[in-house]
Amino acid sequence: MPITITLPNVLARLAEGHRTVAGTGGTLGDVVADVSNQFPSLRARLVDDGGNPYPFVTYYLNDEDIRFAGGFGAPVRDGDEVIIVPAVAGG
Amino acid sequence: MSATLSPAAIHVTDPTPLPPHDAPPSGRRSASDGRDTAGDETLPSLSREEVLRYSRHLILPEVGLEGQRKLKAARVLLVGAGGLGSPAALYLAAAGVGTLGLVDFDVVDVTNLQRQILHGTRDIGRPKLDSAADRIGEVNPHVRVEPFNTRLTSANALEIIREFDIVVDGTDNFPTRYLVNDACVLTGRPNVYGSIFRFEGQASVFATADGPCYRCLFREPPPPGLVPSCAEGGVLGLLPGLVGTIQATEAVKLILGIGETLVGRLLLVDALRMQFRNLKLRRDPECPACGTHELTALEDYEEFCGLRRAAAAGLAAPPIREITPREVAAKRARGDDFDLIDVREPHEYAIARIEGARLIPLATVSDAISTLDPNREIVVHCKAGGRSARAAQVLQNAGFHRVWNLAGGITRWSDDVDPDVVKY
Ligand SMILES: [Zn+2]
Repeated sequence: MPITITLPNVLARLAEGHRTVAGTGGTLGDVVADVSNQFPSLRARLVDDGGNPYPFVTYYLNDEDIRFAGGFGAPVRDGDEVIIVPAVAGG
Repeated sequence: MSATLSPAAIHVTDPTPLPPHDAPPSGRRSASDGRDTAGDETLPSLSREEVLRYSRHLILPEVGLEGQRKLKAARVLLVGAGGLGSPAALYLAAAGVGTLGLVDFDVVDVTNLQRQILHGTRDIGRPKLDSAADRIGEVNPHVRVEPFNTRLTSANALEIIREFDIVVDGTDNFPTRYLVNDACVLTGRPNVYGSIFRFEGQASVFATADGPCYRCLFREPPPPGLVPSCAEGGVLGLLPGLVGTIQATEAVKLILGIGETLVGRLLLVDALRMQFRNLKLRRDPECPACGTHELTALEDYEEFCGLRRAAAAGLAAPPIREITPREVAAKRARGDDFDLIDVREPHEYAIARIEGARLIPLATVSDAISTLDPNREIVVHCKAGGRSARAAQVLQNAGFHRVWNLAGGITRWSDDVDPDVVKY
């Protein structure tokens, strides 16, 4: 069972309309890279040029902010769930 | 909660629990400090009419007479009287929050009415503060409205926010969101946060004594154009109703000191799936506002958002050149040879289009580069100029050197060149 990533609606169309995508890897960074390879147009919205998370996109691994859980180096296991929360400003 | 001194003319507590009439205004009082002391003499009393009006609250043990008097004593500042501010203001007024401050400098536009339920069709063209005050007065004449007809800025934010107990953030842009957050951290006022885009929303309570703040969640704002505004990207009209009502609920809970607030939680609202998710929020020890406290004064938020976003996305590239609709019309009249590219979405193209424009939605511009001639002049446009600036950047980065962004987009084209093009 791979790791699932739930995308915000606004990014789903860059993943062929999927709201949840699945990837594999030993760390969160590996999984994000795997998903970026599956959906190349998603890559620039997930990571910066250096492959790191943006300061305006927060990743949650099993409902925990990854910045407090090892960042992209956080180990992941099959069945883990990642949620991507982008900054939005509408009011 | 803070012990803000509010202006005079607030009813002082009458020692009898159910006074027949409002006690006469006399002197100053301090707002509730959150202690639930029965018969708290610093709280204003309720008139007979108010007792009847709030009877469904008064019979709730969690609210009761004491809670209702806390609501009456409370001063809540709504930053923005738009999508989120509308339901928040209406419900806070109906619930009996005694004083509502409103910060807005906009006038009511017909495109607001799809979601901004504080304003009506007859209000088009009026200042939002005027229509908001009318509507709030209609809902509950006991509410005092304190209007601030201004943009919230680094120069006035602390002064305004200090006068209130709680801030409800219903703004529509990143600079003001960081400004509201920092001002709340610096003044110790809870920041009841809500934000929406298309079908999704976020809500939390920031800047309480022990909780995280907005900067703990998002250290920096996104670069320009990456996240379109609601004007460019759209928003489901009901979504601010959901999220703004959640904000009002949190404000009331903070005033009453009941329940579990969204402190330390981020609530995600997905209207399409109708799913609500709770994520844990932590105070970031490196947060410059609430962690290290290196932020000791407000800064220039336009600059903060501008500088950081260029660096963050590696967009420190040559600036995008702009061309006005009139200049494009003149080029056409001269018979200049150039390509006009519309980077909006197909459903927008179906509403209105500039004759002769080729539709290449922003997300597909990279893929379409091979079909474009880098030696030709290219003018890109969208609805208002934001998305097309990004498209122009993509083209410039791909080696196109004769790219112009249509200033003001198809909206300004309609204003300046062809009024037959429908505005939306
Ligand atoms: Zn913080």
